Amino acid sequence: MSPAAATTSRHAHTGDRAFAVGLTLLGGSVLFVVGVIVLVCARLSAPAFAKLGFFHFLAGTDWNPVEDSFGALPFVYGTLVTSAVAIVLAMPVAIGLALFLTEMSPARVRHVVSFFVEILAAIPSVVFGLWGLLVLVPILRDVVEPALGRWFGFVPLFSGAPLGIGFLPAGIVLAIMILPTIASVTIEVLRTMPAALREGALALGATRWEAIRAVVLPYARRGILGAVILGLGRALGETMAVTMLIGNQPEIHGSLFAAGYSLPAVIANEFAEASGAIHTGALAGLALVLFGVTLMLSAAARLLVRLSARRAVTT
Amino acid sequence: MSSDMAMSVARGYAIPRRVGSHRARQMVNAVMTGLCALAVVLALVPLASVLWLVITKGMHSLSIAFFTRLPLPVGEVGGGVGNGIVGTLYMVALASCIGLPLGVGAGIFLAERGGGPLGHAVRFCAEVLAGVPSIVIGVVAYGLIVVPMHHFSALAGAVALAILMIPTLARATEEMIRLVPATLREASLALGVPAWKTSLSVVLRTALGGLVNAALLAIARAAGETAPLLFTALNNQYWNADPRQPTASLTVQIFNYAISPYEDWHAKAWGAALCLLLLIGALSLLAKLTARRRVNA
Repeated sequence: MSPAAATTSRHAHTGDRAFAVGLTLLGGSVLFVVGVIVLVCARLSAPAFAKLGFFHFLAGTDWNPVEDSFGALPFVYGTLVTSAVAIVLAMPVAIGLALFLTEMSPARVRHVVSFFVEILAAIPSVVFGLWGLLVLVPILRDVVEPALGRWFGFVPLFSGAPLGIGFLPAGIVLAIMILPTIASVTIEVLRTMPAALREGALALGATRWEAIRAVVLPYARRGILGAVILGLGRALGETMAVTMLIGNQPEIHGSLFAAGYSLPAVIANEFAEASGAIHTGALAGLALVLFGVTLMLSAAARLLVRLSARRAVTT
Repeated sequence: MSSDMAMSVARGYAIPRRVGSHRARQMVNAVMTGLCALAVVLALVPLASVLWLVITKGMHSLSIAFFTRLPLPVGEVGGGVGNGIVGTLYMVALASCIGLPLGVGAGIFLAERGGGPLGHAVRFCAEVLAGVPSIVIGVVAYGLIVVPMHHFSALAGAVALAILMIPTLARATEEMIRLVPATLREASLALGVPAWKTSLSVVLRTALGGLVNAALLAIARAAGETAPLLFTALNNQYWNADPRQPTASLTVQIFNYAISPYEDWHAKAWGAALCLLLLIGALSLLAKLTARRRVNA
């Protein structure tokens, strides 16, 4: 080998090695960022956990920064209730929409509707909050909540004075916001389904709905569950719209008409003006709880979606 | 008889073994189709309402002054959200400087060397990161930047936005690079081009349109974020170009105006929301155009 060729090849190797190292560092930065999130939240919240104790903090119901008394339960409760309302409202609509687009509609309708769903996903949450506060809340207060109270007032969920703000509007706006997530993942899952299965059912004389009920839905079950969990993860962490609509009262009420509070909302409202390390720490502790829960949910959701995709490949 | 066979295929699922008359089954089919169509309508009604109200109510507030002036106290006529628009653009630009290289770089790593255990770990972490609520990222940026600097700052806001950009960018970049035909890479390698140069000047170049598209979408998403800015960039009544100082943003201004009890500020909130939607719409449109050009090429 001539010396010149040897040098070029050595240069090439150096270049390749440098490139590989650079790429690995860039990829590793993602691991680093996740590590930093855990570390920073843990460090900020350490003073609060040291003073209050982790379980006492989680199970406490009193939130009074003036007396350094911090309990997370009202926020956990509000987060769960609003997310549950959101899932109950969004799931049937999102799945219906996904089925309509993949199984029933002509291609042109599909393109137009998916375009609008994309727009819905791109609207910032603060705009939904604005709309909720100035448009939805008056309607709920004057029309929907009094009507629900009159007809279903005997159910504790719909009892109490119609305030307009509270769990119900927060849940409704969350439902609108997670709908595109659930719908688009469900559509993806339905698309991976081999056409032969559906065609088989249709060829045997099933109606379109019977094919969906007997073949499509059972097949896509796991993927749809994954889509719903992804939506749930978004609902739990959604901040602005909920902060503007939930009423911001750290209380636990059985009625959907009552005002409450959620984990992200209290962080948003109090963090900038938190007084002292314990208050900041308690809020960072709430952030840590939120991180832990969404981490588990997103891991579970991705696993489910992946399992159903793998099944699609093997069948 | 044919439908009996269909039902035995579906054994164990909700369809009864004895099926009803042809007409009854058609009826059920029609009703369920109608319900699914209704779901589409239900999903699009809020979207139509939000867009319609933001446009009609926001139009009243828009004027040259609204884009160029500073906010005024309640009751004073006029004033604008100029500092918010500039603040949002400024922080998003700063965030792009940090977030784009990291996000795109991580994506290239995943596409080129993402097969090993490190690749799997990175992919998993990117997925986790995509699910982390933006408010948590705000807390992290507070701990990283605001605490050591003893100051709310544009830099802290930008760091939070940058972290939010990373996972979506990484994923989109990986997908775009995987779309590049292997034959291109092989042809380049066969000509004796070193692997790193092939990656950069053949594979990445081919995927460039897709990368621009992904970057624009990530920027549009960052521009609409509010929660991570609340206690990092805070807000500012005045113009600011110093990364070490608190900075106004369009989204935080919308929030403050919306939760105020004043009619006059509600009108400004609608106007600012229209500005924000126009900004995000322009970025998304640009993204759509780059995507279309990529398909044509």
